[in-house]
Amino acid sequence: MFESLNERLQSTFKKLRGQGKLTESNISDSLREVRRAFLEADVNYKVTRDFIERIKTRALGQEVMGSLTPELQIARIIGEELTQLMGAEAEKIRIAPSGPTVVMLVGLQGAGKTTVAAKLALKFRKEGRTPLLVAADVYRPAAIRQLQILGEQTETPVFSMGTDVSPVKIAKASVTEALAHGQNCVIVDTAGRLHINEELMGELRGIKDAVNPTEILLVVDAMTGQDAVNVAENFNNDLDIDGVILTKMDGDARGGAALSIRHITDKPIKFISIGEKIEAAALEEFYPERMSSRILGQGDFQTLIEKAEDVFSEDQARELERKLSENKGLDFNDFLTQLEQIRNMGPLDQLVDLIPFKNQLPVKNLKPDESHLNYAKAAIQSMTPEERRDPTLLDRSRKLRIAKGSGTTVNQINTLVNQLRMMNRMLNQQTAMAMPQMGPKLGALPRPKRKAKKPRRRKRRKSR
Amino acid sequence: MLKNLLKRRDKSRAAAEGGDSSQAAPESGAQQGGWFQRLKSSLAKTRKQLFSRLSGLLQIGRKIDEELMEEIEEILIQSDVGVETTLRLMDNVRAAVKAKGLGDASELESVLKAEILNLLGEDTPLACVPAESPYTILVLGVNGAGKTTTIGKLASRFRSEGQHVIVAAGDTFRAAAEDQLAIWCERAGAELIRGGEQAEPASVVFDAVHAAQHRDADVLIVDTAGRLHTKKPLMDELAKIGRVMGRAHEGAPHEVLLVIDGTVGQNALIQAKVFNEAVPITGVAVTKLDGTAKGGIVIAVKAEIGAPVKLIGIGERLDDLRDFAAADFVAALFASEGTET
Repeated sequence: MFESLNERLQSTFKKLRGQGKLTESNISDSLREVRRAFLEADVNYKVTRDFIERIKTRALGQEVMGSLTPELQIARIIGEELTQLMGAEAEKIRIAPSGPTVVMLVGLQGAGKTTVAAKLALKFRKEGRTPLLVAADVYRPAAIRQLQILGEQTETPVFSMGTDVSPVKIAKASVTEALAHGQNCVIVDTAGRLHINEELMGELRGIKDAVNPTEILLVVDAMTGQDAVNVAENFNNDLDIDGVILTKMDGDARGGAALSIRHITDKPIKFISIGEKIEAAALEEFYPERMSSRILGQGDFQTLIEKAEDVFSEDQARELERKLSENKGLDFNDFLTQLEQIRNMGPLDQLVDLIPFKNQLPVKNLKPDESHLNYAKAAIQSMTPEERRDPTLLDRSRKLRIAKGSGTTVNQINTLVNQLRMMNRMLNQQTAMAMPQMGPKLGALPRPKRKAKKPRRRKRRKSR
Repeated sequence: MLKNLLKRRDKSRAAAEGGDSSQAAPESGAQQGGWFQRLKSSLAKTRKQLFSRLSGLLQIGRKIDEELMEEIEEILIQSDVGVETTLRLMDNVRAAVKAKGLGDASELESVLKAEILNLLGEDTPLACVPAESPYTILVLGVNGAGKTTTIGKLASRFRSEGQHVIVAAGDTFRAAAEDQLAIWCERAGAELIRGGEQAEPASVVFDAVHAAQHRDADVLIVDTAGRLHTKKPLMDELAKIGRVMGRAHEGAPHEVLLVIDGTVGQNALIQAKVFNEAVPITGVAVTKLDGTAKGGIVIAVKAEIGAPVKLIGIGERLDDLRDFAAADFVAALFASEGTET
């Protein structure tokens, strides 16, 4: 996420390394680069100009920052201003105090409204609410069908009246329906439209008047260019939106929309949507400070831990603790559970992004490949229950059978066995750790690169 | 048929050629729903917001100096032309100004136009009457770019030329993608080959190529699931679809069309680059250009990736998918409010 912006900022900071202090000249050199980085990241022109101006004032104003080097001073000012730019405080979705919570999703075509609707329904369900999805897109071919399928997948009822009824009527009837069936959240999926289409914008105003939504959320493709602010401004002027959802955040979005919309419209970003799979983890609440930290390449450990906690049940934690205390070590069954859990934490490459200072890790270009998870899972599933419990059973002929059965190679099976062994060794060293559940979790992250590890493994074998 | 089309294109060309366009355009307008007029009004937003600011800058009497150049740069960047391309464009403009010894701002417009045209290069429209049959077109892009809609419009265009069109529902991932395509095919009168949800896309495509061969189709258009260019396994899947097509039919896919959302920013460049690595693209279709204040990405894509923009989508109507003509595009960008066409 925001990699290119991150890289550009890092290289800017690096140039300040070794400078004695911030001077007018090195500040303006750095800021010129920051400006370009911002523009290349599709940050709105006006927003960029204001931002640079503020950084300049603060940096020149020489807030005394004790022993910080110029590099860290600038990084800190930029970090704080980035947070400010995105709204400082996180703002959550509001739930109506009484009656059903009505969420109305609006946006351009192809922004991802229907997918977001399903993810939101899943999120509500997880929180113990009873959502109703409303198919108010009567224009796009098969849009209703799409929502119905997603409704089946998320086990959420879908309200539709076909394509011959006006969206205003559909929305109105859906709220009555929700009241009648005791559903407490109504998610209205409207048709995509251009912000300059007067007629269709009028229709949205009609829906707003008819159902008085608790939240009107504008769904914006995070990859939108300089136009993002125009879109947001137009929708906001017409509908007085309550917030924004940024989608396709896993598409190496540059950050332009994220950094510009709040500043221009003064409306908060409430969620970011990641990945095309409909899963609860794919809709993250938006925290300006955490995002700013991600942009600066400092990762976001908080979110990582929350995601882990989300998929890791207390029972499993207790079971794991028991195993560890008995000093038995983990087997392939535990390994498989962990694979599943990692899967449930959302797209792998996005998880890696959360690791603090990943740029400074010895392994460069940490690019996890989900297929590694696949082959590991296939291999374990080709093992007999005994083999899963006791990896030492695995001799050459068993390995060959497993490899054949799972479409992998003996080499890959060996790697897997080694991984388990290494994980157990690591655990043994850390049994006294305060948070036993985090140990195996990090240990189970996929090997970043097979090449990097091979020589080390050989050395160890020889020494034994 | 072909002659008709050529005539049509010539007319729209003529319409775009500045001064004496006033005669040609109304005629073409009557015949074709006013291609230039439509483009002009569709791009009105771009023009009003940005390029009219340009005309405001390029007034008689203003001197050409660095300040002016920087203001032009700002306008270009704001229209998603991108930093890299803007700098390149402005370098060329500066060189031209120097070479011609221009001094007055009013003389800059033609220089700018010429340099943008220069970056856009020759038009390479999609063949309307394919040389080979079945002529296979593979359509790719990120989620929500407008692939399915573009395919619908494309199918209807080939159908109106009397071609036998088969469409392959290669998007087996997104819910109801097939149904959406089925509705478009019904409207256009094209045949749809579907494999069912969760089917292996490459196998659906393979079947479709065979169906196209056996049913003597003129054109086969292959839809694919939207995928973010950052997803390696999905890009590999795409490469496989390309290979499978080539194996099933010599020379296929003849056309690999990348669909890009016109409102997308500089991300379009990396999209084009990565998709091109999976299956070498032969052309780009830029959609939703009617909504955006920034047509600039069209220029950036051509200048930095070298992929020719072949089609642009400028509205929701079935015939709002047009061949991209650089001259018209630039003329429409610069045409001022009052200009009669």
